[in-house]
Amino acid sequence: MTMDNALERRPNPDDLNDRGLSETQDERVSYLRAGHTLRSWLLTTDHKRIAILYLISVTLFFFIGGAAAALVRADLLTPQADLLTNEGYNRAFTLHGVIMVWFFLIPSIPNTFGNFLIPLMIGARDLAFPRLNLLSWYIYMLGGLFTVFVLIAGGVDTGWTFYTPLSSMFSNGHVVMVAVAVFVVGFSSILTGLNFIVTVHKLRAPGMSWGRLRLFVWAHYATSLILVLATPVLSVTLALVAAERLFGLGIFDPKLGGDPLLFQHLFWFYSHPAVYIMVLPALGVVSELVAASARKPVFGYRFIAGSSIAIAIIGFLVWGHHMFVAGQSMYASAVFSFLSLAVAVPSGIKVYNWTATLYKGHIELDPPFFFAASFIGLFVVGGLTGLVLAMLAVDVHLHDTYFVVAHFHYIMVGGTVSAYFGALHFWWPKMSGRIYPRIWGRLAAIFIFLGFNLTFFPQFILGYLGMPRRYHVYDPSFQVLHVLSSAGASILGVAYLMPFTYLFWSMRYGAPAGPNPWDVRGLEWTVPSPPPKHNFEEIPVVTGPPYDYPLEREGDQGEAGDAAEGNAAEGNAGSRA
Amino acid sequence: MSERIELHEPFSDAAQQHEAGMLGMYVFLGTEMMLFGGVFAVIFVTRALHPAEFVAASQKLHVFIGALNTGVLLTSSFAVALAVAFARAARARLAAGLLVAAAGLGLVFLGLKAFEYTLEIHEGLLPLFSRPANFSGPVEHLFMNLYLVATSLHAIHMTIGVVLLTGLAWRIARGGVPLPGRVALVENSGLYWHFVDVIWVFLYPALYLAR
Repeated sequence: MTMDNALERRPNPDDLNDRGLSETQDERVSYLRAGHTLRSWLLTTDHKRIAILYLISVTLFFFIGGAAAALVRADLLTPQADLLTNEGYNRAFTLHGVIMVWFFLIPSIPNTFGNFLIPLMIGARDLAFPRLNLLSWYIYMLGGLFTVFVLIAGGVDTGWTFYTPLSSMFSNGHVVMVAVAVFVVGFSSILTGLNFIVTVHKLRAPGMSWGRLRLFVWAHYATSLILVLATPVLSVTLALVAAERLFGLGIFDPKLGGDPLLFQHLFWFYSHPAVYIMVLPALGVVSELVAASARKPVFGYRFIAGSSIAIAIIGFLVWGHHMFVAGQSMYASAVFSFLSLAVAVPSGIKVYNWTATLYKGHIELDPPFFFAASFIGLFVVGGLTGLVLAMLAVDVHLHDTYFVVAHFHYIMVGGTVSAYFGALHFWWPKMSGRIYPRIWGRLAAIFIFLGFNLTFFPQFILGYLGMPRRYHVYDPSFQVLHVLSSAGASILGVAYLMPFTYLFWSMRYGAPAGPNPWDVRGLEWTVPSPPPKHNFEEIPVVTGPPYDYPLEREGDQGEAGDAAEGNAAEGNAGSRA
Repeated sequence: MSERIELHEPFSDAAQQHEAGMLGMYVFLGTEMMLFGGVFAVIFVTRALHPAEFVAASQKLHVFIGALNTGVLLTSSFAVALAVAFARAARARLAAGLLVAAAGLGLVFLGLKAFEYTLEIHEGLLPLFSRPANFSGPVEHLFMNLYLVATSLHAIHMTIGVVLLTGLAWRIARGGVPLPGRVALVENSGLYWHFVDVIWVFLYPALYLAR
């Protein structure tokens, strides 16, 4: 191979300060160089390569969905309908929703970082079913193709929720085709969830007890439970909507004795837990970023791990809060309202424990910390406004307004997308083997935070003042806030593009990362960057708790906090488990 | 037990691989359960909304064919359970024979189902296929829609099961599946078959016995 000869001629592959073209010894034997053909990528069963395939395709859909959002925000600059027709506006926000939910948010963190990291974190050579893992990517791409087809064929105008009877009887768009796309991509989710569950159960390295699992793995385990239990309900619901549209099935048609509200029950039985599919992996990422930023054992390890499971379970019992004003029984609404408030408890536990972990930590202002910190702030705002919406009386005023839009974007975009970029910045040196310029990472995090708040904070006020969602012709008094929001969206758009420039740059010009560039703990940081094809030369034996950073006791360095003491107890408990 | 077992990439021993396979199958069946769960939810909601009409519509189904089919399916599950036991004991020919018998009973089930659909078409009761349709009211129409959706979804699963068992029996008979080394294959296919059987055990009362 001419390529190998070219490598031989380079000065010194062991010189870690040599930037530019040269290739380290680790990189030569890494998964990235294990085969250079397109075939070696498209038929790979290596979880790390599949993660890269997902990273590329998920990012692609992120930008398609982002383009639809840009159209929506541009149209909302003025109170009149000047850029898009009514129909066109409906189609733009529907595609934005469909693509962002099923083709970005749900697969984003699990299928890229989960795929890449879970085997490394538990000390395994791959996921339990590597071929199933590849199949899940192909299914994802097939679903994506259907979506792109719909996009080209003219789109669909029902909103991402496909409410009946609009979707089943009145809509003119390609409802069946989109339902097929979402149905197909659902099987990709199911296979990934199944693979993660079996992997975590059966492939943990010797000594890797449940109490020693990383919080990232716990969060993905909880996510997988939702993926396998909720997704099939969506599949069958969408199949029923398609059948209703094609054959006049009547299940959701009151003329035939059906019930349109039944669709909402079935849909939200999946789609509310799906919200936790989107945010739980992000919570797992932030737990890792916080521990790594503080370089301290995580405070309340078992509570954070348990709260992921609690969120997954309670998340199944709150779907009715989407139907407070849809004619649902008031008693049911009261119960759903209470349960929705209850979800805030495990979420709050996480935030408190992260804060306690950061307290008196040795924080370095690295890009991952910036993303983690902005996640925590935005997640708190998104979560607290969720409590506002869970109140029966307040929801009557705020239902279907921009307040709701702002609330879930704080969780989904401020939360999950921030965590996605945080994960990308934290594990990029592991995935690519190269360091990117930290200053650019910090700037990107700051611009994303500012652009995000400028985009979505005005929407809280808009909603409170009564601006309904899904309208593009609105009262001129709302224009100032809409212009602010659109201006913020343009900052956000540019900020999202920034990382792709310097991350690509780093692949060629960045300095080699070495196995542990952040000086943190964890099995994935014990293998070379990028990891070799089979991850571990020998399956590691785990002997201690996770996050076993050295503890400072009272008198070591000034005052050691009670937090550190609490952690010692927590850590010991973990190692006994 | 000393047998030839192919170890796949992430696994380090046979027991681990076997357990992972079984767990994967159970999780998959969990997802299938949720899939049918959606259908059952719709059936129960419809019954709760229109109790009297639902019962009246249910009385038009051919309960004897349903009962016969339940018997056929339970017998086939018995054959599969025996096949798993013989596969564990390395009695390959017997195991293959029993799998074929189970698949055959599956075909009998599908044949009876097709016969039942034909009767319903003649009575004008099967949506989409009956022309002219002959429903006494909208709820009866809805009930028959649900009946068609639920039983055809089940029949699709049955068909997959028949293909699965036949293919497996053929491979065992040809010696392509060393037993008891690859018994997991028989166990997992058996689990799937039992699951499809159990779904029918719930569908039968929900639709036929609601009278």
